[in-house]
Amino acid sequence: MENEMQLLNISEYNFEQCLKCSICTVYCPVSGVNPLYPGPKQAGPDGERYRLKDPKFFNEQLKMCLNCKRCEVACPSGVNVGDIIQKARMKYASHKPKLRDQMLANTDLVGSMATIVAPVANFFTSLGVSKEILHSVMKIDKHRTFPAYASQKFETWFKRNAQSKQDKYAKHVSFFHGCYVNYNFPQLGKDLVKIMNACGYGVHLLENEKCCGTALIANGLYDQARSQGESNMSSMRSAISKGRTIVTTSSTCTFTMRDEYHHLLDVDNHDVRDHITLATRFLWQLIDEGKLKLAFRPDFKMRVAYHTACHMERMGWVVYSTQLLRMIPGLELTMLESMCCGISGTYGFKAENYETSQKIGAPLFAAIDALKPDCVSTDCETCKWQIEMSTSVKVLNPISIIADALDVEKTIELNKNH
Amino acid sequence: MEPKIKEYDVIVIGGGITGAGTARDCSMRGLKTLLVERLDFSYGATGRNHGLLHSGARYAVTDKESATECIQENMILRKIARHCVEETDGFFITLPEDDLAYQRTFVDACHAAGIRADIIDPEEAKRLEPSVNPTLTGAVRIPDASIDPFRLTMANIYDAQLHGAETLTYHEVTDIIINQNRVEGVRCLDHITGQTKEFRAKVTINAAGIWGALIAQKAGVTVNMFPARGALLIFGHRVNHMVINRCRKPANADILVPDDTVCVIGTTSDRVPMDTVDDMRVTPEEVEVLLREGEKLAPALASTRILRAYAGVRPLVAADNDPSGRSISRGIVCLDHETRDGLAGFITITGGKMMTYRLMAEDATNMACGKLGVDKKSETASTPLPGSEPDAPKPAKKTVAFKAAEGRHGTLTTAFSLTTDIVDDALVCECEHVSVGEVNFAINNLNVHNLVNLRRRTRVGMGTCQGELCAARAAGVMCRQHEDAANVKTDLAAFINERWKGAQPVAWGDNMAEAQLTATIYEGLCGLNQYARKEEVQ
Repeated sequence: MENEMQLLNISEYNFEQCLKCSICTVYCPVSGVNPLYPGPKQAGPDGERYRLKDPKFFNEQLKMCLNCKRCEVACPSGVNVGDIIQKARMKYASHKPKLRDQMLANTDLVGSMATIVAPVANFFTSLGVSKEILHSVMKIDKHRTFPAYASQKFETWFKRNAQSKQDKYAKHVSFFHGCYVNYNFPQLGKDLVKIMNACGYGVHLLENEKCCGTALIANGLYDQARSQGESNMSSMRSAISKGRTIVTTSSTCTFTMRDEYHHLLDVDNHDVRDHITLATRFLWQLIDEGKLKLAFRPDFKMRVAYHTACHMERMGWVVYSTQLLRMIPGLELTMLESMCCGISGTYGFKAENYETSQKIGAPLFAAIDALKPDCVSTDCETCKWQIEMSTSVKVLNPISIIADALDVEKTIELNKNH
Repeated sequence: MEPKIKEYDVIVIGGGITGAGTARDCSMRGLKTLLVERLDFSYGATGRNHGLLHSGARYAVTDKESATECIQENMILRKIARHCVEETDGFFITLPEDDLAYQRTFVDACHAAGIRADIIDPEEAKRLEPSVNPTLTGAVRIPDASIDPFRLTMANIYDAQLHGAETLTYHEVTDIIINQNRVEGVRCLDHITGQTKEFRAKVTINAAGIWGALIAQKAGVTVNMFPARGALLIFGHRVNHMVINRCRKPANADILVPDDTVCVIGTTSDRVPMDTVDDMRVTPEEVEVLLREGEKLAPALASTRILRAYAGVRPLVAADNDPSGRSISRGIVCLDHETRDGLAGFITITGGKMMTYRLMAEDATNMACGKLGVDKKSETASTPLPGSEPDAPKPAKKTVAFKAAEGRHGTLTTAFSLTTDIVDDALVCECEHVSVGEVNFAINNLNVHNLVNLRRRTRVGMGTCQGELCAARAAGVMCRQHEDAANVKTDLAAFINERWKGAQPVAWGDNMAEAQLTATIYEGLCGLNQYARKEEVQ
C-alpha cells in the first residue's frame, strides 16, 4: 500500500469518526426524558448518512435537540454530534419560524422596545391572564416568567456614568455585554466594570455590538444570525487592533461567537476567536501568570453551589470560574453535578418543550433544594432563569459574587505596581 | 422410510438473479417450479457487483447487442422494479489524461444503440455532481441508475412463491439424475438438516452463474466458462448522487455508483482459475488499484472511510466455436443441451449480466415451455414485482425507519408499517434504520435462516458499525424463531466473522478502531469466541 493513500479520513463535523459506541446518547439530557427523541447518535451521524442519500430523511424530531453539546463532550472520537444536528436543521427544516420564534429569537429588538416601557412590559408579562394568552396564542408556556426588563439599558448607564472614566487606565479590554446585561440585568455589567477598573483595566463597549445570535440560530433565523455575526466580528477586529481582549460574562454568547459562528454560520472568526474570553477566565489567567492580585473583604460570607452550564462544559472553562470563586476566603463552594438545567435558552419557554425542559432539570433542582445554598452561581443567564423559576434559590453570575466580595481599595493598591 | 420424491415441471438451479427471474417467469406461466440454491439467494455474483442499472453505454462502443439489450431492460426495470431502482442518471467523464476525441465515438455508439447520451459542459457537470473530479474536460449524461440486487432478487423470489413456486436455500445439488440421456431431476444435500433429497422434473434449468460450469459437469456436458473476478470497495456514505464512469475503453475501477446509503467503486477484472471461485478474499493490490483509480473519478474518495472490500466472479462464457476464450461476449448464452449435447430436459442459461437477467429468464423459460408444450407468453416485462405495484396503498408511518424500509421493500412495507406495537418500531440496526417490525417481516416472509440471510434481506449490519450493535439485537429477535438459543450464538459469531472478513482488507484508521470495539464487545464482553465454528476463528 502506498503511503500517501487514505492517510486522512475527513468528514464534515467528523461524522465518519463515529464508532457507534452510543455514549453520546447516554449523556443526552433529552434522550433521558423523552423517548420520542431519536438521540444524538441516531439524529446525528446515523441520520446524516441517510440525509446525504436523500433530504427526505430529515426528521422534524431533530428540533427536540437542545443544542447543549453534551454529546460532543461525551464523544471519545471527537465527533461534533450537536453541530451535525444543528446543521441538518439549517439545511433541511421546512417549517418557517413562527411569530413566537421570531419574538423569542430577537432578544435584541424585543429588549430595546421593552426597556423603553419596562414597568409596563414587566407588569404585563407577569399577569396571569397575559400568561394564558401567551400560552394559548403564542405557545409560550404559561408556567414561565419572562425575565424582567430593566428601565435603563446597560449601554445607557455606561455612557452616562462610566465611559468618560475609562481612558485613564493603562490597560484596556472591550466588553461584549450581550442582550441579558443590556436589557435585563445591567447590574452584572456594572459589576464587571467595577472589577476591571479595580484591576487597572479600562472597559470599553464595542463599536457596534449586536446580539450574538444564539437565539436566532435556535429559532431558525440563520441569515439574520449570520449578518449579526459578521457585524460583531468586524467590531471585534477593530477592538483587537487596539490591543484589547474582548471579555464577556455570558458563557453561551461566548460559545456562539467562538465556535458556532464558524461551525454553523460559516462566519470567518479565525482571527477573532482566541481574543474572545469569559471575564472569569481572563482574570484567572492573569492571576495565574502573576500579573494580577485580588483582595477580598474579610467579612464576606457565602455558601455557593456552582452549576455547570452546558456550554461551559463544552468550552471546558468551568475551572476558571470556580477557581476564581475559591479564592474568596469567606466563600464555601459546592460543585453541583454537571447536568443540563433543561431551559436551553428559548427552548424551555416554548409550550411544547415545557414538560421535557422541567424533567431534564428535575435532578438538578432537587439537588439545589436539598443543599439550600445562599445562592447558586452559574455563567449562563438562561440557567439562572430556569433555576430561579424552579427552585427557591437565587442565582448569581460569578462576576457578581466577586464584585460583591472584592475589596476595591486594596485590589487597586495591590495592582499598582503591575 | 424413503422420503417422498416430489415432482415438478421445472427445477431451477441457482438462487442468484438469473435463477430467481427464471423461477418467477416459469411460475407465472403456470409451470410447477422448484428453485434450489446451494447457499443463500444472491450469494454469488448477484450480491457482489456494483448495483448499477447500466444504461448500456459502457458496452455501446464494443458490443452493440449488449448495449441495446441493456437500455431496453433498463427501461423495463425502472417500471417493474421501481422500488429497487433509484433514478440517479450518470456521467461518462473525460479526464485530462483521456482522449477527448473518444467522446464523439462514444456518443455516436450510444445513439446507435438507442441510448440517450447528451454531451454537457464540464461546469454544468460539476454543478450537477459536485463530487466529480473538477479537472474533467468532458462529460456525457446517460440514463445509468442505481439498483439494489438483493432487493431485486428477493422481489423475484417472493413473486415466484406467490405464483406457487417452491424455493429452497442451503440445498446444494450433488447429482444430476440422468436416465437414458434425459435429465430427470436433481439430488440435493440439505445443508441445514444434513439430509439428502431427490427432486424430479421434466426440465432442469442450470442458472448457477459461474458454478454453472460445475453443474454442467455433473450432467456430463461441458460449458466453457472463464471466471473473471472483480473486486469492489464500499465507502461509508454517499460521496456522489449520480453514477460516474470514465469515458474511455472499459478498464479497472472506472465506475462509481451511489447505492442506498453508501457508494461503491469498482471493479477490477482478472481471469482466475475455476478452482478459486469460492475464494472471495480481496487482496491489498486490488484495494490499491481501486483507490488509486477511484480517486480520479471523485477525489473525495481519498479521504472517505471505506467500509468493506468484496469480490465476485462473472460467468463469462466462451462461444462453442472458440474454446480458447479469446472472443468472449457479455451476451446471453442459452444452451439447449438436447440439441447441443443430446441430453434432453436440460438447459443452461448463463453469460449476460444482472441487467439482462429478465431477458435471460425469458429465453430460458421460452425454451422450457417449448419442451413442455406450454404455449404461454412471458409477462414479466409488464408485470410489476411485489413492492413495485403502482396502485398499492402508501405506507402510513413517516418515521425515518419506515422511509428507509420503503426504499427496501416498496409497497410491501405496509405489511409491517401499520402495526401499533411499540416494540415493532424499535430499531435493530441504527445505521441502516431497520426496525424490529422489518426484521420480523423478513424472518416470516423472506426465507431467513440466519443473520447473514437477514442482512441480505434488510441491510441489518451493512452500515458503518458493521454489526457492532445491531448483530446482537438481531440475534435477540431471531431467538424467537429458533428453539435452541445456542444456534443463535453460533450464528452470531459467524455473522461477526463474516463482517470482519470484508472489513479486514481495509482495516485501518476508524475502521480498525470500530473493529476493535466490536471485538471487545463480542469477544471480551460476551465471550462469543467459544461459540464460533473452528474455521471461522480469526
